[in-house]
Amino acid sequence: MRKYLSVLFAVLILVPSISMAASDTLMWGRGGDSVMLDLAQATDGESIKAGIQIFENLVKFGDNSMDVEPQLAESWKVSEDGLIWTFYLRKGVKFHDGTDFNSKAVYDSFARIINKDHPFNGYGKWKYLSLSLKYVTNIKIIDDYTISLSTKMPYAPLINNLALWLCPILSPKAMAEYKDQIGMHPVGTGPFKFVEWVKDDHIILVRNEDYWGRKPKLKKIVIKSIPEPSTRLMALQSGAIDIADDLDPDSISLVKKDKNLVVKENASVNVGYIAINTSKPYLSDPRVRQAINYAVDKNILIQTLFQGLAIPAKNPFAPSIWSYNDDITPYGYDPEKAKKLLQEAGFDATREIELWAMPVSRAYMPDPVKTAELIQAYLAAVGIKCKIVRFDWGTYLKKTANGEHDLCMLGWLGGNADPDNFLYGLLSADTAQTPGASNVAIWKNVEFTDLVKNAQKTFDKAERTGYYKKAQVIAHDQAPWVPIAHTKVVRCFNKSVHDIPLRPNGLNSFEMVWKK
Amino acid sequence: MNVSLILRRLLQLILIVAGVSVVVFFMLRMIPGDPAQLLLGELASPDELASLRDQLGLNRPLPVQYWIFVKNMLMGDFGNSVRTGTPVIQEIIPRFIATIELSAVGMLIATVFGILAGVLSAVYKNSIIDYTAMLSALVGVSIPVFWLGLMLIYLFAVHFHLLPMMGRMDLALDIKPITGFVLVDSLIHMDFSAFRDGLSHLIMPAFTLSTIPMAIIARITRSSMLEVLNQDYIRTARAKGMEERVVIFRHALGNAFLPIVTVLGINMGLLLGGAVLTETIFSWPGLGRFVVDSLMGRDYNAVQACILIFAVLMAFINLTVDLIYAFLDPRIRVNED
Repeated sequence: MRKYLSVLFAVLILVPSISMAASDTLMWGRGGDSVMLDLAQATDGESIKAGIQIFENLVKFGDNSMDVEPQLAESWKVSEDGLIWTFYLRKGVKFHDGTDFNSKAVYDSFARIINKDHPFNGYGKWKYLSLSLKYVTNIKIIDDYTISLSTKMPYAPLINNLALWLCPILSPKAMAEYKDQIGMHPVGTGPFKFVEWVKDDHIILVRNEDYWGRKPKLKKIVIKSIPEPSTRLMALQSGAIDIADDLDPDSISLVKKDKNLVVKENASVNVGYIAINTSKPYLSDPRVRQAINYAVDKNILIQTLFQGLAIPAKNPFAPSIWSYNDDITPYGYDPEKAKKLLQEAGFDATREIELWAMPVSRAYMPDPVKTAELIQAYLAAVGIKCKIVRFDWGTYLKKTANGEHDLCMLGWLGGNADPDNFLYGLLSADTAQTPGASNVAIWKNVEFTDLVKNAQKTFDKAERTGYYKKAQVIAHDQAPWVPIAHTKVVRCFNKSVHDIPLRPNGLNSFEMVWKK
Repeated sequence: MNVSLILRRLLQLILIVAGVSVVVFFMLRMIPGDPAQLLLGELASPDELASLRDQLGLNRPLPVQYWIFVKNMLMGDFGNSVRTGTPVIQEIIPRFIATIELSAVGMLIATVFGILAGVLSAVYKNSIIDYTAMLSALVGVSIPVFWLGLMLIYLFAVHFHLLPMMGRMDLALDIKPITGFVLVDSLIHMDFSAFRDGLSHLIMPAFTLSTIPMAIIARITRSSMLEVLNQDYIRTARAKGMEERVVIFRHALGNAFLPIVTVLGINMGLLLGGAVLTETIFSWPGLGRFVVDSLMGRDYNAVQACILIFAVLMAFINLTVDLIYAFLDPRIRVNED
């Protein structure tokens, strides 16, 4: 017995102490694992974070902004009638499997999504077609390095869609080889190559030595799933990981105090809002909706429930997106004015309305239940009685899309950073048709809808900006929403890591990152 | 060994699994929420939803869905995971092995130290040793696993840098999986640094997992031992001049073992199921976490398969406990015949 015990102790003593990550390996900790690494099929942020290290698109967003820049296409032009987009592709680019990048690869990557007859179409589920290539009707190879896309109507936001993760260019050889398992064996042209994926544990990527662009400085990236937030924070503090994603506000304030750690912030492209169902007779008067806007103190909401990691919203989309109308004066917190407006509108103070609270928290609504309780109190203070109603998430989405609510909480992350994504998608008359409305205010304003539809057909950015600014004024005056907040995106990392980029949508490739 | 006992138990096992399959299948489908909506997210169009429901077979009547499920299951096909598209069984096996490795080491720690503490407190009843052991057992049962795990990480990983805080092994080490058990594979490869690394990754999670069963085992061992130590044959053994160590470990502990085995069996089952929290804190890629994630994602196929596996495993553990009874206590063997 004694002998065994001493052996046991010897083993314990010999156990090595934990090693810090090597200086050319980036350890990246996050809350969950990716679902799949074919980004044309992915809908979750964790898949996209890993996938954009591997894949590239025709165009991309800037490192720290949402302006569209060339990537695998060196340049592009749009025909006079706005229906044909021609892209001139970069030469000499190779996929990770050694095959050439050319028009055929672009054709296969896009045609599989929109063309039911394409041999790869059945290998995937193209869940977010409406955000990627919905309006593209035809793809034509002009020569090895020129390709054109035709759209069924002039559609200016297409260029932003092409910069989204949903339009990656994959190796045709790999797509043919892996078929419906391509999402587990991603082969792209990006700065990092896929090596290994142990589900729910980690993904390993290594430097693409033949990368055409800025040479990646890191040799290896290990993306590790650490589901428990406290463990993730401690892993960052102890140096076991270099970057920790998805920390809660309390942890972020601890990171801010730690002299070995850095917090980088940027304005996000999301919005959290309360939609007011304008199809209900008692909410159809704009004065009632304005009153609800005046009744809520957004600054208090942001300080308490968003822990300061947000800015108050006055428009349907964030200031980081072009054409944001900053001339609009927000509805301040003014309960007296709210009461007056309700009186003018003849609102029946005995009526109890329903406020639907989201059952899940999202970046744009970190604590939906407390938010609902605060808003309930604010509304009671101006004489609107309301009851908080909850459903499970699936039911909630279905019922709000049917317009069954009075007030409901929702939000939106506009990945492609195009105003169209918010104004047409969430507020036009076209999208207010029940069931399946994404405009859950069921707000059918003809003037507003005409403006945003004209903007879709306009390719001159200044002219589009004009349409969107006017549309924002109408949305403000008619008040179908109480826009609450745009949260900030935050990245916490060790100070030995340098040149960490942070796009407003929080999704970056890391080729420029290095460690000391 | 007793063949009819085993046969009867195996028959019971089939009935249990059939029952569990019915309950699991229908309960899962009673949870509100549309899996298609969950999979497609907030902005899916009604067409996209309808086509996915059709693909998943959600439009068919429930009994038909159940029939298809049973038919496939009997052929070893648990279906594809709704979330990843790969066969569920492929997702489960590596995680199951990870959970078994963690639970087995946890159980080993719990058994060795639990029995030792129980024996010592029975032998030195009402002494400082007894009080210390039983107080520790009380603390062990009451301490939240979650808190203990985080404190261990803070102390040994963040503060003293003695032990790694998460995962099964250092990702820089490359051990080709043969059995899937890190400790076994590293020994097969004769790679002792990998073995040490695997062991150092196991210490904190296995200890965290072992606290509750260790405390329970210690308390049961103590009371069972106290009962046995008052028996006449113990006095006889001592009177014969037998060495105290032999009296306690062979004569007393041997006879005090029955209730301990029962508790061991129950705890083994609890450990497998209860590893969820420990796996989450230590980022251990095991089955417990997978069940929770699958449930959140309405991954019917994955949840069904996991629960059935747990049910079969529990039934086997119970069978083993019964067989050990028969081995330990001949009177049970006689009665069964």
